[in-house]
Amino acid sequence: MIQFSEEAQRSYERILSHYPEKRAALVPVLALAQREFGWISQEVAEYVGGLMGYPPADVLSVATFYTLLRKKPVGKYHLELCRNVSCWLMGTYPCADVIKEKLGVDRSQITPDGKFSWDFTECLASCDTAPVMQVGDRYFENLSPERVRETIEKLANE
Amino acid sequence: MNKILLANTDKPGQKSIQTYRERNGYKVLEKALGMQPATLVEEVKTSGLRGRGGAGFPTGMKWSFVPRNSGKPTYLLCNADESEPGTFKDRLLLERDPHLLIEGMAIASLALECHLSYIYMRGEFGFLEEVIETALDEAYKAGILGPSVMGRDFALDIHLHMGAGAYICGEETSLIESLEGYRGYPRIKPPFPATSGFLASPTVVNNVETLCAVPWIIEHGGAAYAAIGTEKSKGTKLFSVSGHVAKPGVYEVDMGYPLMDFINNEAGGIKDGRKLKAVIPGGSSVPVLTAAECEGVLLDYESLMKAGSMLGSGGMIVFDETVSMPAALSVIADFYAHESCGQCTPCREGTGWAAKLLRRMVAGEGKRSDIDLLLKVVDNMEGKTICPLADADVMPIRSFLTKFRHEFEACCN
Repeated sequence: MIQFSEEAQRSYERILSHYPEKRAALVPVLALAQREFGWISQEVAEYVGGLMGYPPADVLSVATFYTLLRKKPVGKYHLELCRNVSCWLMGTYPCADVIKEKLGVDRSQITPDGKFSWDFTECLASCDTAPVMQVGDRYFENLSPERVRETIEKLANE
Repeated sequence: MNKILLANTDKPGQKSIQTYRERNGYKVLEKALGMQPATLVEEVKTSGLRGRGGAGFPTGMKWSFVPRNSGKPTYLLCNADESEPGTFKDRLLLERDPHLLIEGMAIASLALECHLSYIYMRGEFGFLEEVIETALDEAYKAGILGPSVMGRDFALDIHLHMGAGAYICGEETSLIESLEGYRGYPRIKPPFPATSGFLASPTVVNNVETLCAVPWIIEHGGAAYAAIGTEKSKGTKLFSVSGHVAKPGVYEVDMGYPLMDFINNEAGGIKDGRKLKAVIPGGSSVPVLTAAECEGVLLDYESLMKAGSMLGSGGMIVFDETVSMPAALSVIADFYAHESCGQCTPCREGTGWAAKLLRRMVAGEGKRSDIDLLLKVVDNMEGKTICPLADADVMPIRSFLTKFRHEFEACCN
């Protein structure tokens, strides 16, 4: 049985206090649950639904709409490479080739050590520093195949 | 050139409330606290400011649609869901001058008699969450926000609400639906948010850049703002330029500034001495302009409209002569297919079909007849959906196919 840590419980209550109606807190609470439990599994949907008073199917119908709410586990470092116009112009795909080669897994697969996974993503609003990839709350900008290689090596040692 | 929005974004320490106040920050809010809400709305109307998110609707008029005696609270929602490909101007304001936004929101709240407001920021901007939360905390501690704004009899709460990854939530009714805790399906209008928006109450949704222009307008007067720009496009506008230019970035120019001067001067010209091929002037959803069409075009609503494109969000993407237009369009079409919310059939099916046809063409497996089939598909999407996402796919597709048809024909059998 999963449960919020004390700190997450405090965050949960703080989030609720920001809205005149509880329902409005659902997406931020799901984001909190994801930070806490890694991804939005059936169990997490049931837990959040139980906490807030919504059926798990309702919770999942919301979670499945939003790409940042993960419907399956990702690696400790989930590399999301922008493939939109400006990044594409500046060379996204050569960077993707390096990611694939370095990690040895295809998109949305996790490396056997659980450390990495990767996928394409849409515009990250960082087109002046294209190509760009996001890892957690960090942006890695002005990428080149060489920089992608260095970044992955650095992350592997973090 | 006037610096209204980026006046302080390059100065050190601008993020902190102390520095912001040393540079006269929150002085305009103090002034606004002594003004009537109706006067504030009038000033913004006089300024001619139009929504900077992409639609370009007059801001003062939007504010004036809010009923004053509905018996329900009024909400102000700041749209910081910046996701239109090629657009990264709001990010700069959020990152470098968060208090300017808070001051703009506070003044707008006075004008709208709003006491609870949200910044809806896209989830991918997680790295900015701390910047905004810190600025809000500072504003609460300084008594700028809270039960008594700057010691006056006016309560205002502003909270940050993080989105969770959905382009469509930048559309105002989708944003509201999402903020209420549901799938971000756009709503049928009417009713318009001004009368029935967040929690069925009067709601105004304004873009970050729009709200950041408000303090200057109240400080200098609407007429001073209206003196900048062209007859119908007032003030300054941020353009975020990317692609094949020497100096990609965010630049503030007066409305009516020549497009080619912008590319050659501000953006440093085409990279590596190559030739210009095409420009998408306002985010990937607006019609593309050929290099020849760019000559003489001014960066304002009317001039770009006359040239067959749109100002949009000001997200400018520049293509040099090496770009394959079918390949570029395929990238754009994949985006809209991915981001369609799936609510309306013409969009859900049409964006998918369009993306598939284009992928087939780029792979060299297309037929000549696919070009006309694609044009037929977009005819069946345009204007047939609840929100403009389908149109946002139609505009690039139709303009690319029409203006660069030979390139599409060349990759078809």
